[in-house]
Amino acid sequence: MHPVRKQRLILVIAGVVFSSIAIGLMTYAMRENINLFYPPSKIVSGEAPHNRNIRGGGCVKPGSVVRATDSLDINFILTDGVAELPVKFSGILPDLFAEGEAAVVNGKVDDKGVFNAEQVLAKHDENYTPPEVASIKNSGDHKNDQAVCKVMTYGS
Amino acid sequence: MVPNLMMPELGHFALVIALCLSIALFILPALGAHYGNQLLMHTSRSLSAGFFVFVCIAFICLCYAFAYDDFSVKYVASNSNTMLPYYYKLCAVWGGHEGSLLLWVLMLAGWTFAVSIFSKSLPLDMQARVLSILGFVAIGFLSFMLLTSNPFDRILPIPPQEGGDLNPALQDFGFIIHPPILYMGYVGFSVVFAFAIAALLTGRLDSAWARWSRPWATMAWGFLSVGIALGSWWAYYELGWGGWWVWDPVENASFMPWIVGTALIHSLAVTEKRSLFKNWTILLAIFTFSLSLLGTFIVRSGLLTSVHAFASDPERGIFILGFLLVVIGGSLTLFAFRAPVVKSEIGFSWLSRETLLVGNNIILCITMLTVLLGTLYPMIADAIGWGKISVGPPYFNFFFLPLMGLLCLLMAFGPVANWKRTQPQQILRLLWKPWVLSLVFAAVFPWLYGDEYQFAAAVAVFIASWITLALVADFIHRLRNADSFAIGVKKLSLSYYAMVVAHLGIAVTLTGVSLTSIYSIERDLRMEEHQTVHLLNYDFTMQALQKVKGPNYIADEALISVAQNGKHIAEMQPQKRRYYARGSVTTEVTLQVNLFRDLYVAMGEPIDEKAWAMRVHVRPFVRWIWLGVLMMAFGSCLAVMDKRYRKRQVKLEQKETSLVSLSVVQEKIIAHE
Repeated sequence: MHPVRKQRLILVIAGVVFSSIAIGLMTYAMRENINLFYPPSKIVSGEAPHNRNIRGGGCVKPGSVVRATDSLDINFILTDGVAELPVKFSGILPDLFAEGEAAVVNGKVDDKGVFNAEQVLAKHDENYTPPEVASIKNSGDHKNDQAVCKVMTYGS
Repeated sequence: MVPNLMMPELGHFALVIALCLSIALFILPALGAHYGNQLLMHTSRSLSAGFFVFVCIAFICLCYAFAYDDFSVKYVASNSNTMLPYYYKLCAVWGGHEGSLLLWVLMLAGWTFAVSIFSKSLPLDMQARVLSILGFVAIGFLSFMLLTSNPFDRILPIPPQEGGDLNPALQDFGFIIHPPILYMGYVGFSVVFAFAIAALLTGRLDSAWARWSRPWATMAWGFLSVGIALGSWWAYYELGWGGWWVWDPVENASFMPWIVGTALIHSLAVTEKRSLFKNWTILLAIFTFSLSLLGTFIVRSGLLTSVHAFASDPERGIFILGFLLVVIGGSLTLFAFRAPVVKSEIGFSWLSRETLLVGNNIILCITMLTVLLGTLYPMIADAIGWGKISVGPPYFNFFFLPLMGLLCLLMAFGPVANWKRTQPQQILRLLWKPWVLSLVFAAVFPWLYGDEYQFAAAVAVFIASWITLALVADFIHRLRNADSFAIGVKKLSLSYYAMVVAHLGIAVTLTGVSLTSIYSIERDLRMEEHQTVHLLNYDFTMQALQKVKGPNYIADEALISVAQNGKHIAEMQPQKRRYYARGSVTTEVTLQVNLFRDLYVAMGEPIDEKAWAMRVHVRPFVRWIWLGVLMMAFGSCLAVMDKRYRKRQVKLEQKETSLVSLSVVQEKIIAHE
């Protein structure tokens, strides 16, 4: 074979091998690091795994937000109209977190069934609707919650 | 003041004309180039100018509608407000989906116009083809705008009295500059794409082609870098929790074209200097632009939600997806048919700059793939019904950090290596000192800085100083034969300095990213009046809590005085603002900045009468992240100014002047006779 061709072939093969290793690793890392989304009813019924990072979301039940006066601990209840999920969080909530508004939480469910949130994400503006909560609002039958939990956003 | 009601119609009309002109720009020069018709090919330049002018008119009309609060325009009504200061009114032009598309098209028109001006030295058919392809891209975006998201849609006959206000999170200086510069970068790659397609069509894919397209790619890359950095800087102080990069899909959408664009500018270097990797360069040009389009699609289609996602109108998403398929599918098909025509048979040895650049390209492409997979996987999973998934930063960091580490380690060898063949002894002789010195720095730094010995910091410092010192060693090596330092410095080309500055920029950014992540101290805590909080050697004391009124908001403000080692250094006044128009709340962070650390204070929420939840951070080296990017962008400016890109024009001028002098001589002869 022409030496230039040979060199090129080796380069291509190296590229392919390297990429396949990378893709293999990627799928592995992906499996370890993805967070599945569960609505409160599935978390309460035990369908969601315990002590593993998951994502939950629903409406913040009006009147359920309790803030400690001596620390940043905060407790509230997320609901999808079917079940109520107690959430515990320590820190500063996003600006637009409010009772009767939708919120998404990242964290783990402990053995008592309490969701220990590491991160709370809230609605950003009435123009932005996340698909996750769009599906929640249809399943709920709490008229009040539906009325206030129309739209929200998460992420940035 | 009553707005002129005709202006929006004028703008709409201008857009329609711009569409017609872009259709003509797509068809006429392409026909001309195909049939060798000079006249048709010559239309390309004037059509580009016309396209640019009419898009400008449309843009000005929209600005006018915003400036004069013309709420009969639906887009203005939903994105502006009479209480908004004038500069935010003008920027609100790109505050929503429709207007940001118009900005996209304006940038495209600007780049097209720039190509038509600066490419006079190109062969006529090349010029015609490049502009024609840019015309095609313009058709896609203009018809998208006119069919699905027209910024000039009216609310008639009864317009609302007051607008819905610009999202308060956007009311900031960052919003004035981040979108235009980012779009300059995004859209700039369309020029390189056009050059690539033109090269495929003509089969003219040589060093000259690479020399033409290289400045455009470099420029677009520079803009994209600054645009991304501005976004990161803005998010850092605007969102209220100090996140400068969180692997959000929107960030990834802009980062992927940047990664491939980086590979592209390196691959272009090989194509220009050594006429190698031609097909690969073309492919990268296609991918970079496709990823820019994909980014637009991801951000604008409503597939995900964030401050950037404006529309969840499925019609729009399908249109962009369709256009994306046409562009990627079309260009790849063209590539499949035409690429074998353009191949090279030049060899290079295993230890050479070419090989190192292949390594650079492979690593960058894999990095892009990991980011792409992590970004698209949740969307695909959702579409197929595997459930709602999110991929978090751990996944991205798992790949990105080692891959970038490897890339940066190799980076030091690149400038030192010769084209074609490099002797291992030469590299060893040049680089053993930087290697040893970097090891020393790396070992010492974490020991001097911070209380605990951080191994990760040692690794970061090692890589950064390895890049820097290798560049220094190379610089000294290049000056070895110069008579004096000044002469030697002058002799080196501008593009060499460009490379040095950009690579140093990488080292600076790398230092910033790593040391910030390692040494930052973040505390969320409850603070009362007259309470003091200690962080490292800083004391934050809350002096008072007060109410403040702004033009269109009311705010809670905390007065915080900061002392370093007991010595007073600054007053900080973070705010929590509530805007009147929609009652929305924003957090105004205060920063106390120097080159080596940021003090960051933000108000969280009131806990009771006297106490607030406060966010207090000390972030060492965070400025270096953006400083490094500015250096990269400065490097790209230097590269574009390199004189070899002007050579042709100089030659042309010389020819002209020689012609002139010839005719002068002739006249003189005639006069003598």
